[in-house]
Amino acid sequence: MDRGLHVLLLTALAAVAALPGSAAAQAAGQPTGDPSALPAQQPQVVEPAVKRREVEPPALDTENFEAGVFVGTVSIEDFGSSLLYGGRIAYHFTEDLFAEATVGTSKAGKTSYEELSGSANLLTDSERQFTYYDLALGWNALPGEVFFGGKHAMPSAVYFTLGAGSTNFAGDDHFTVALGAGLRVLANDWIAVHLDVRDHMFESDLFGKNKLTQNLQVGLGVTAFF
Amino acid sequence: MNGLDFRLLFACCLALCAASPPAHARTEKAPATVVVQDAFVDLRSGPGRGFPATYSVERNATIALLRQRTDWIKVRTDNGREGWVNRSQLERTLTPGGAPVQVAGPAPEARTGHHWEVGLGTGDFGGANVISVAGAYALTPNLLVRADVNQLLGNFSNGWLGTAGIAHVFMPEWRVSPFVGIGGGVVTISPKATLVQAEDRTDTTAYAGLGVRGFLTNRFLLQAEYRSYVVFTSRDENEEIDEWTVAFTYFF
Repeated sequence: MDRGLHVLLLTALAAVAALPGSAAAQAAGQPTGDPSALPAQQPQVVEPAVKRREVEPPALDTENFEAGVFVGTVSIEDFGSSLLYGGRIAYHFTEDLFAEATVGTSKAGKTSYEELSGSANLLTDSERQFTYYDLALGWNALPGEVFFGGKHAMPSAVYFTLGAGSTNFAGDDHFTVALGAGLRVLANDWIAVHLDVRDHMFESDLFGKNKLTQNLQVGLGVTAFF
Repeated sequence: MNGLDFRLLFACCLALCAASPPAHARTEKAPATVVVQDAFVDLRSGPGRGFPATYSVERNATIALLRQRTDWIKVRTDNGREGWVNRSQLERTLTPGGAPVQVAGPAPEARTGHHWEVGLGTGDFGGANVISVAGAYALTPNLLVRADVNQLLGNFSNGWLGTAGIAHVFMPEWRVSPFVGIGGGVVTISPKATLVQAEDRTDTTAYAGLGVRGFLTNRFLLQAEYRSYVVFTSRDENEEIDEWTVAFTYFF
């Protein structure tokens, strides 16, 4: 009897122990096993696993500025020719047009009269300083290539500039119109060599009578695009 | 934390910073590539239509974009050829993902949608020549905030004029539009040394003006303006000066 009671107790315990497991298994299995139990207002939608890539415009390095230095000679009317040096910065709007700001400085020599008389100085030392700036518009009129031998070609352009600015000479500022022409040769993608000629025209009354002076400059320069 | 610990920590941070590669080295990435959609794309030897075409790339070829100068983009092909391609041709290419390529450049929308203007001008200020550098910011297509610096170069005196003001453009969408403006500034006049021994003088000034501006292209404006200045001198009477200028203006 005792033994029978034990068997009955163990069987009951086993049944109780098994019951929650089966209930849990039933609960877990129910949603997948019975689709009709899903709420009717949520239709099954297939979400695409691939997201469309965000398209960014290519971030290109734009190089429309050009800056550099030049050295050359300027013939200051009545005062002989002198060494000139300066700097330029340009912005290229299009392949044809650019704006350019130039500064340059030189020291005028003596007039023929001063040389012959020996002692009469028309200007003081500081008044002989010839310094100018001009703001110009440029036009790349003749783009092309410059050939070195049979194998090397470099892109080039002949350009013309028209500018206005100011020249400080003989103790005064003079309104100056500057006409120029030059050749730009690209040594590589970002370095250019310039050979240019420019005429700085301004009115001067230094010798008593007002006259338009022509001051021609020839320069060789190097610039970098950035 | 005592002083020594702090210095030690600071030194460690410095050492870490110095050891890590510079920012640009880390962010440097391969150039963007595009797929040609035209029948072919010409590569030119320089950034302009006057340069000879030295190579052609066929449809579906992939090209890498290297740099841009004005409307021209330097590209490199798969086999290492390099050349310059016009922006308009690149706009008919696709990214590897199949999206159209956008390259920065001017569009007709820029005429009314731009914000900045920079101009170079010249003209006449009461008999003296003027060289002018001007800038403007468009608050709306109609309303500009402007500032300019002018050098005045006359027969008897030289000087500088700086002004700031606002302008109203009546029809910014028209090819040629009138505008009016008001503003104020400072003018400095120095008589020429060779003529008279007079003192430099600096006075405040105000102006009202009107003008017309016309679009030359999607990048350029030509602007002509008349301004009537009143210079508030320290003498008994104020001075009135007329100014006429023409300016070549770039907008972006």
